[in-house]
Amino acid sequence: MNFFAEAIRWIFDPAHYGSYDGVDVRTLQHVLISLAVVAAAAVIAIPLGYLVGHTGRGRGVAVAFSGGIRALPTLGLLILIALGIGIGLEAPFIALVVLAIPSILAGAYSGFEAIDRHTIDAARAVGMTEWQVVGRVEIPLGLPLLIGGLRLAALQVIATATLADYVGGGGLGLYLFRGLKTNDYPQMLAGSIIVIALAIGSEIVFGILQRLVVPAGVVAGQSPQLRVKSSGFRATTG
Amino acid sequence: MLTGGKGRLVALGAVVVGAAIALSGCASSDPLTTGDKTPAAGGTLVVGSQQYYSNEIVAEIYSQALEAGGYTVDRQFNIGQREVYLPEIKAGKIDVFPEYIGSLLQALDKNAAGGKPDAVHTALAAALPKDLRVLDMAAAADQNSWTVTKAFADKYHLTDIASLKNVTEPITVGGNSELETRPYGPTALKEKYGITTAGFKAVEDSGGPLTVKALVDNEIQLANIYTADPNIKSNHLVALADPDGLFFPDNIAPIVSKKVDSKAESILNKVDAKLSQDDLVSLNSESVNDKKSAAVIAKEWLAKVGIVK
Repeated sequence: MNFFAEAIRWIFDPAHYGSYDGVDVRTLQHVLISLAVVAAAAVIAIPLGYLVGHTGRGRGVAVAFSGGIRALPTLGLLILIALGIGIGLEAPFIALVVLAIPSILAGAYSGFEAIDRHTIDAARAVGMTEWQVVGRVEIPLGLPLLIGGLRLAALQVIATATLADYVGGGGLGLYLFRGLKTNDYPQMLAGSIIVIALAIGSEIVFGILQRLVVPAGVVAGQSPQLRVKSSGFRATTG
Repeated sequence: MLTGGKGRLVALGAVVVGAAIALSGCASSDPLTTGDKTPAAGGTLVVGSQQYYSNEIVAEIYSQALEAGGYTVDRQFNIGQREVYLPEIKAGKIDVFPEYIGSLLQALDKNAAGGKPDAVHTALAAALPKDLRVLDMAAAADQNSWTVTKAFADKYHLTDIASLKNVTEPITVGGNSELETRPYGPTALKEKYGITTAGFKAVEDSGGPLTVKALVDNEIQLANIYTADPNIKSNHLVALADPDGLFFPDNIAPIVSKKVDSKAESILNKVDAKLSQDDLVSLNSESVNDKKSAAVIAKEWLAKVGIVK
């Protein structure tokens, strides 16, 4: 409890603001890194996920691939890349994008897959082209799971972006590394608290986003309940 | 971290077993270090090491030399950094630990004065808790340094730390993030020598390959690299001379507990008498460049200097 109070005091100490290692600068860096990483990962993973989800082809490959890269330790990857291209933001950026891709990819294709086949058949039956099926049926109906994927990716990236400063990439990792090495636990805890606050903030933003972008009808008839039920069923029988 | 955690688990196990023995009435003088079952002829000594490959090699050399002298050695290697293992040594759970005299002195006494190795060795002996002793130090030292590339040094005619004043371009410093707050860090450069640095980039691998690469790539111009690092030679780096003793001399010397008797002491002193600076650099190089294990490196060196046949 004492540590906690000290950490809070540390965060609000005016001496820890303004310079390049200030709380304001580092928090902003952390947010920008996380946003950029999730955006870059989304640009790569969403089209790929949609392609897999729409055609149904390459699903096995996508599952194996995203499962495989999920298992990559981010710090190891980061060091490996940094040894190739040098220190700075590039290596952690790439490593974090790799971290974020599987969740978004899974969100994108499973969003398409979760749609009742009859709905899509019906869309084709009323004369929609493939593009219209994708744009007007599959994307809106798949949004809840996609946003879920993005939400998960953002959470992972915010927590893991602390590694960026392992190679001088900036962000809140500085307080963790410096605090750990110098036994300055209030500083370490302060860094963790800010990271947690950012993570909670991201959850809130995605919660709101989910409500805003998903059509009301989709939310009402969504599958989460079904999914929960089926997984519960599996758990009890298996 | 994994091995560190395991080491601690083993230590914890030793404590539990030791406590059980103490409770069952057959307590020996120090229950914390009696996790062993049958004392061998020379007794069992716990040898520890930092989570640093070079330190582990030295610990392995000590271990093999002690084993050749009839002692049973319990290796507790890779116990994190000083903040983690120092309390364990103080608690008497480790009997032999290779240390760096200057850094240890600074850890024990924040206001300690630097100076020549002999003075630091004497000061350290006085600063240690009464149950611990420091034995003879080796000529080999593995200390902090301000290091630049040879090209950079040639360009500005750099020889010692003070000559960094000649540099006309902005100097970005790189190293572990704690370097910024160390007594020899960028602030000391400014206060002692009037050298202004342009910024600090954290590279958290303790002067390892990432730091070396950053230096060679000119992403940073000044880094803290340990002087026994074989990378200094293989990457054409220059460790700037430190005539004013900004860095404490970090000669290697074992810190030992009361369990180390005079026979073990003379074995360890014999090892340190043979360990030269060139030896240490080449031992490190065998690990970094030839990827040999600490056990093999230690065995070969001990045979070479004739301590163990």
